[in-house]
Amino acid sequence: MSSDLQTLSRKLNYDKTFDCVQCGYCLPACPTYETMERETHSPRGRINLVKMVAEGKASVEDLQEPIEKCLGCMACTTVCPTNVQYGEILEGAMGVIDEYEAKSTSQRVTEDFLYDSFFPSSKWMNTLGHATWLYQKSGLQKVAQTFQLTKIAPLHLDQFEKVLPDLPSPKRRKEQRAKRYIRKRPATAKVAFFPGCIMDSVFYESNQKTIELLLRSGAEVVLPEAQTCCGALHAHSGKIDTSIELAKQNIEAFEEETFDFIVNNAGGCGARLIEYHHLFEKGTRWHERALEFVAKVKDISEVLTGLDELVFNQPVNRTITYQPSCHMTNVQGVTEAPLQLIRSIPGIELKELERPNFCCGSAGIYNIVNYEDSMDILDVKMKDVCGVDPDGIVTSNPGCLLQMKLGVEREGKSDQIESIHLVDLLMEADPEPAWE
Amino acid sequence: MERWIQLLKQVIPSKQVLTDLSDRYSYSFDASFGEHLPEAVVQAKSNEEVMEVLKIANEYRIPVYPRGQGTCLSGGPLPVHGGMVLDMSQWPERIEMSPEDLTVTVSPSVLTGNINKEAEKHGLMYAPDPSSAHVATIGGNLAENSGGPRGLKYGVTKDHVIGLKVITPEGELIRTGGNTIKNVTGYDLTKLIVGSEGTLGVITEATLKLLPKPPAVQTLMVSFDEVRKAAEAISRTLTSGILPSKMEFMDQACIEAVENFQPAGLPVDAAAIVIIELDGHPETLKIERRLIEEIMENIGARETVVPETSEEAEKIWHARKQVSPAIAKIKPTKVSEDATVPRSKIPDLIDRLQVIKEKYDVEVVVFGHAGDGNLHPNILCDKRDQEEMKRAELAVEELFEAAIELGGTLSGEHGIGTMKAPFMEMEVGEIGIDMMKRMKDAWDPNGIMNPGKIFAEKGQKLVLRNE
Repeated sequence: MSSDLQTLSRKLNYDKTFDCVQCGYCLPACPTYETMERETHSPRGRINLVKMVAEGKASVEDLQEPIEKCLGCMACTTVCPTNVQYGEILEGAMGVIDEYEAKSTSQRVTEDFLYDSFFPSSKWMNTLGHATWLYQKSGLQKVAQTFQLTKIAPLHLDQFEKVLPDLPSPKRRKEQRAKRYIRKRPATAKVAFFPGCIMDSVFYESNQKTIELLLRSGAEVVLPEAQTCCGALHAHSGKIDTSIELAKQNIEAFEEETFDFIVNNAGGCGARLIEYHHLFEKGTRWHERALEFVAKVKDISEVLTGLDELVFNQPVNRTITYQPSCHMTNVQGVTEAPLQLIRSIPGIELKELERPNFCCGSAGIYNIVNYEDSMDILDVKMKDVCGVDPDGIVTSNPGCLLQMKLGVEREGKSDQIESIHLVDLLMEADPEPAWE
Repeated sequence: MERWIQLLKQVIPSKQVLTDLSDRYSYSFDASFGEHLPEAVVQAKSNEEVMEVLKIANEYRIPVYPRGQGTCLSGGPLPVHGGMVLDMSQWPERIEMSPEDLTVTVSPSVLTGNINKEAEKHGLMYAPDPSSAHVATIGGNLAENSGGPRGLKYGVTKDHVIGLKVITPEGELIRTGGNTIKNVTGYDLTKLIVGSEGTLGVITEATLKLLPKPPAVQTLMVSFDEVRKAAEAISRTLTSGILPSKMEFMDQACIEAVENFQPAGLPVDAAAIVIIELDGHPETLKIERRLIEEIMENIGARETVVPETSEEAEKIWHARKQVSPAIAKIKPTKVSEDATVPRSKIPDLIDRLQVIKEKYDVEVVVFGHAGDGNLHPNILCDKRDQEEMKRAELAVEELFEAAIELGGTLSGEHGIGTMKAPFMEMEVGEIGIDMMKRMKDAWDPNGIMNPGKIFAEKGQKLVLRNE
């Protein structure tokens, strides 16, 4: 093996591909295998292609489309009998594709636009919230047009714009948000809240409700100022160095005080946070610090069920279904807590989807970058949703929430089905603190 | 572009003809060994498409390798001589139940597990239950004649097929068998096609036999201090008038591997365990369960565990299912064999395996469907270690020899494919092979259907290494 190939195969995690015994058990779990109808777009196919590239039998360009069309939903890892580290193989491949500049101009321009303008690099999230607010006021599509972006890439931002909730102005944000909240002394737990960039910019009100729920549970809630984006979207696009920098910044930010939990309400962010230790070499100080951080990371549903301090009094007479976040299910392994909370609301009827673990097609920025493919997957999801015929879809991640809103809009059912975050539903039931 | 590929694109939608390198590599393997790059991958979705494709292939002498979901453990769908992989997995799924007739008609792409799920809605069952039933297609199961744990009581795939639609290598559609349970009209082409591994044509539809779903099941787990006692217990049970639906065996290495992987409370100091499942009427099961407990006590089994709830039983079967992933932790590459011997010879086969293990210095673990003599000796190795793989090849060769010397067969349920082709003559003899070849030549005069399978080429040897 030449030294170039050796370097390439190391970056591609070639050794990890041998854990795949090619049994094919991942095939029925993979959404893109189902909608794109070929093994090339299945986990087993992708792992094999990574191997072929590492062995010099195929080029990085051959690998590009199959890797970029992967949702990264990780449903394959949950069904894999031999525990293949697909996430690491995928990120390695993304990194190689990014580095070898195999990306097309339009893809690169789209991503740069999104990363530099829409999503944060390492800037504090408020700036982002302001930016989104500004976009909403002026129109996303218009902004994209001013950047002459729509000429290069057919962005469908107008589609997404339709389903964005009304955002509070920067002024209102500032007035509403404190750094520290406490209502019960002594507090039942001291939690740090990780608001997440998309959550905080697009679903700001849901974040406020999350803080309220924690307070009603008797917790002290702190929002460490130095925290930043979790880095999930960057890692999924092969920008691994940036994602490591973001991780370090967050680990530091949450070391300022001692917390019982680091709480988030976005399945995608939580999945990234809980895997920070994978970014650092074992035995290093950063790895240790990451492990301490990771041990405290919890989804809001886990914390609420764990504290067990809320009593739901207000009946919510609705028929809802629950669309779990793939990253929450497959990476964080949180599946029961949200269902338990939903079931504890009086009056509610929960009708589960036939295939809840089939991705909705949102997948970070997948629905923007691979719009058509994402809509094919969304169509499968919406068929399942319509079969259940709910008046509400509850999700636990901002990307899924936007995508479900889009799905409902596409089905022409906006007046019949409301898509909401779990915390919004919980607040609808007006929980009372048990300790009062 | 090759002429035949151009022609294919004229007869079927061009998006169903894949020629990109990434697509071709994605159909270059299955769950066994070897990697062979086809020139094209063709995704067939109707009888007419298969007929057209085979006519072109037959005219241009292009090899055709039918493929389901590529879960094959013997190399059935590998495109060893180039040409085209015929992907049958994207065919529209159709399951047509006839509950009054106790039959079901299915398209080739249907996942085997879904047939049983559908049957259960009518109080029926489709008996064959390969462990990959939730992934593998019925088309692949028919071609390879797959088995499963329930094979002990219910047989393998061929015992449940009453009719087929097949496209011949010359591109003509034929029907074999029919819709009736009894059918003795002419040669039994159905049984010839089932298990022919895609060498005689392409199966595009099957009518399958369903059975009443047994109303209850009862699991028992018995542990033994000696492997011989486990084998004796199996024969004693089967000659006592009881026919369990499953009798699964795990040796000590498997028990230890499972306990290290995901502790399930299995007895790690036992030499072997046998997990039994009885099915039938609840009252019958009570009697049979007592009888088995007595047999085990008389024979001197260490312990018989009888789970009281279905959850507890589920835990035991879950532990059995963990064997495959658990042993993969010992070494990453698994050579999973399915050599089968008459049930009374199980202890002899296990003794022979011990000798092979020491002689070639390889890791061997044994588990499988002991009730029907179909064990799964697994050789654990590492593909990256060429020298070890060479020893594994020799060990597998000797394992096959042992199985045949003990009056057994090369394959109980995985098929011959590429992996066991070199040993066929050892089992069926020179004339036996010749008779099979004559049938093959009559069906497929140009030899386009799945070449390189079942019949070994001159000097072909078992190769587990990728050169």
